[in-house]
Amino acid sequence: MTEYILCLILFCVGLYAIMIKRNLIKIIIGLCIMEYSVNLFFTLIGYKHGGIVPIFSSLDETPARMVDPIPQALILTAIVIGLAVTCLIVAIALKIYEKYKTYDIREITRLKG
Amino acid sequence: MVKRPEHGMTLIVKTITRYTVGLILLFGIYIVLHGHLTPGGGFAGGVIVALSFVHLMLAFGRETAIKKMSEKAAGILEGLGAIMFLLIAFMGLTTGYFFYNFFRRVDTTETLVEYIGRPFALFSAGIIPLCNIAICLKVGAGLFAIFVALTFLKMNGDAAGDGEKK
Amino acid sequence: MFCAKESCSILPLFVAVPLAGAFLSSLLGKTSSKISDFLGSLVPAILVLLSFSFIGLKEVLVYKMGGWIPPFGIVFVVDGLTVLMLVTVNVVALMSTIFSISYMEKYTDKWKYYTLFLLMLTGMNGAVITGDMFNLFVWLEIGAISSYALVAFGTEGEELEASFKYAVMSSVASLFILVGIGLLYSYTSTLNMADISRTLVAKPNANLINFVFILFLLGFGLKSAIVPFHSWLPDAHPSAPAPISAMLSGVLIKSLGIYALVRIFYNVLGVAGGGRVLLVLGLISMVLGALLAIYQKDLKRLLAYSTISQVGYIVFAFGLGTPLGIFAGLFHLINHAVAKALMFLNAGSVVYATDNVRDLDQLGGLREKMPVTANTSLIGSMSIAGVPPLGGFWSKLVIIFAAVESKHWAGAFVAILVSIVTLAYYLKLQKLVFFGKLPVRWENIKESPVLMCVSMIVLSCICIALGLLLLPQLRSVFLDPAVEVLKNGVGYSKAVFENIK
Repeated sequence: MTEYILCLILFCVGLYAIMIKRNLIKIIIGLCIMEYSVNLFFTLIGYKHGGIVPIFSSLDETPARMVDPIPQALILTAIVIGLAVTCLIVAIALKIYEKYKTYDIREITRLKG
Repeated sequence: MVKRPEHGMTLIVKTITRYTVGLILLFGIYIVLHGHLTPGGGFAGGVIVALSFVHLMLAFGRETAIKKMSEKAAGILEGLGAIMFLLIAFMGLTTGYFFYNFFRRVDTTETLVEYIGRPFALFSAGIIPLCNIAICLKVGAGLFAIFVALTFLKMNGDAAGDGEKK
Repeated sequence: MFCAKESCSILPLFVAVPLAGAFLSSLLGKTSSKISDFLGSLVPAILVLLSFSFIGLKEVLVYKMGGWIPPFGIVFVVDGLTVLMLVTVNVVALMSTIFSISYMEKYTDKWKYYTLFLLMLTGMNGAVITGDMFNLFVWLEIGAISSYALVAFGTEGEELEASFKYAVMSSVASLFILVGIGLLYSYTSTLNMADISRTLVAKPNANLINFVFILFLLGFGLKSAIVPFHSWLPDAHPSAPAPISAMLSGVLIKSLGIYALVRIFYNVLGVAGGGRVLLVLGLISMVLGALLAIYQKDLKRLLAYSTISQVGYIVFAFGLGTPLGIFAGLFHLINHAVAKALMFLNAGSVVYATDNVRDLDQLGGLREKMPVTANTSLIGSMSIAGVPPLGGFWSKLVIIFAAVESKHWAGAFVAILVSIVTLAYYLKLQKLVFFGKLPVRWENIKESPVLMCVSMIVLSCICIALGLLLLPQLRSVFLDPAVEVLKNGVGYSKAVFENIK
């Protein structure tokens, strides 16, 4: 149970960074931390006590003792999606610096109302 | 040691890079081709292949890396990888379903079981190695193109810490 | 009908054709912009024809990817609700691409625009067709990432700021959805929607279902701009180029947000309207969207706040949970999709003619110079505001009837008040933009090019014709199968498993 609590703490750290920090780059880092925590959560779901890695090294092995491989496939997809989002918003943040000359979100407020 | 930011890093880094870049590329290709036997596969291998080119860019500067693979070539390879993946999927459509494993063959000695692949062999596992190669092309070229595009925006000499209060 | 009951092999074409179009456009479009124009219009046209072939579907069609049976493999499931969403999404997409052939001349790199547009269309089509939870998440992300890039397409300062805010908020919502999917998987050990619903009926767990309900409400509620999570929409939708605003407001929040919400709540979790939650959130969205829309000075921002208000109507109708409420919600969804797309295309036409002026105080009297735009805009506004005999009037009437039937008198009263406010701000928009005296600045503007006019006229004809969907013959073809699917609730799993070959 403690590992799930730690995963939740990591999620909340990421959420804190997105909500409270004022620098654009720190917001991006907070988003990445949140993604890591969700991937970690998926890994923890698939775990089985005393489990071994779900790869067949010889034909005598049975899947009975292996950990669940489906969450690992889901995590791979989620990592790729996270990478794409991170690349995109880093590019947007760099362009914002070019236009607004600052990374501080208190000054990037042309859209109001 | 003098750092020359326009022309890459110091002499030690450049010498080591000349030896390791080829090895990293080869390692990436190994991970892609053995994707059905060991952990890794298309995406992880593609990232390592992209990293070998980025390693070149970091050590020698942007111009040398662009000479090895230009942005246009990266764009074309990326599109080719994606089209190859879709073609593999469509070829399955001809014999049955989308993404069907069209390498399925019936073993002539035992008529009860259809063999789908030979365990632990390199040239087996149906369409998975082909899909891995397509994904490696797309991810490798795509990641390198992203790095090249991000380094296109040069800061005009201002420190990047302007306006940062916390 | 292309599709025999045994094997419906044209189903994967709904995602394969736009995906192939996107990659071909990125490879070949660099050479000449005519190739990307042609591809960008050909692909939605093919998809519209394919989706028309499914109209009138009464049973459930299941397609197994790669031949793997569920729950081992991913399935594509087409039933009445899916057909309705497919037709709406593809028709609006076709009109947007026809519009953008002339509109996007003002931007550079048209091939990039078409690549991203077709990727967004892939994501939307995939999300409505799939029958697997994680596959839904993947298509959701594909559609969302391409929309982040499209909102920032003009790369002015404001557009980048809007796109950053939209991207961060929408990514956080996707992470909540992912946590919900993980929890469902760990309890039911399957990812297939029909299998999950079957397992949840067999071994129910109220705590898990409530917690997952909250997570999905947070996630999908942000994607469909329900009120506590709406603040990205008034920045993102005006900043996008006009055909993308039409797609975003018209179909993206409906197919990635409301459709997914409704499918999961009714068919997978079996919680229907979630007690009073969706009802109350819908009411707050209606009121807040309408009140904030009155004070706007920017044309597209007013339309964006109007979207929040109308989505509040749709969510209120789905929150009622009764069959009449479901019917009302779906009918208003289609009406709003077409009418709001038409309004944003009109705004694009005005912006194209006046060279990027969106301020309501500076526009005026454009009726004499731009007759097609003015008349179609009148039809669109009256449809959303609820003037008979256009479609919007009938759908709002049915929403109010559904609220009265379920004895939510306060909800019906608020809905009537908000529709009066809606009429008020749409009349304000029409007066300030099209009627009145033409300022000297706009003496020389011309009507928009032919292709833009064609798309606007077609959308306005559909707007008028949608009022006829209440007739029993048309209703039984289009809307009743969709209502049946949602009314069926967790019987969805039985329908899917019976139809697997």
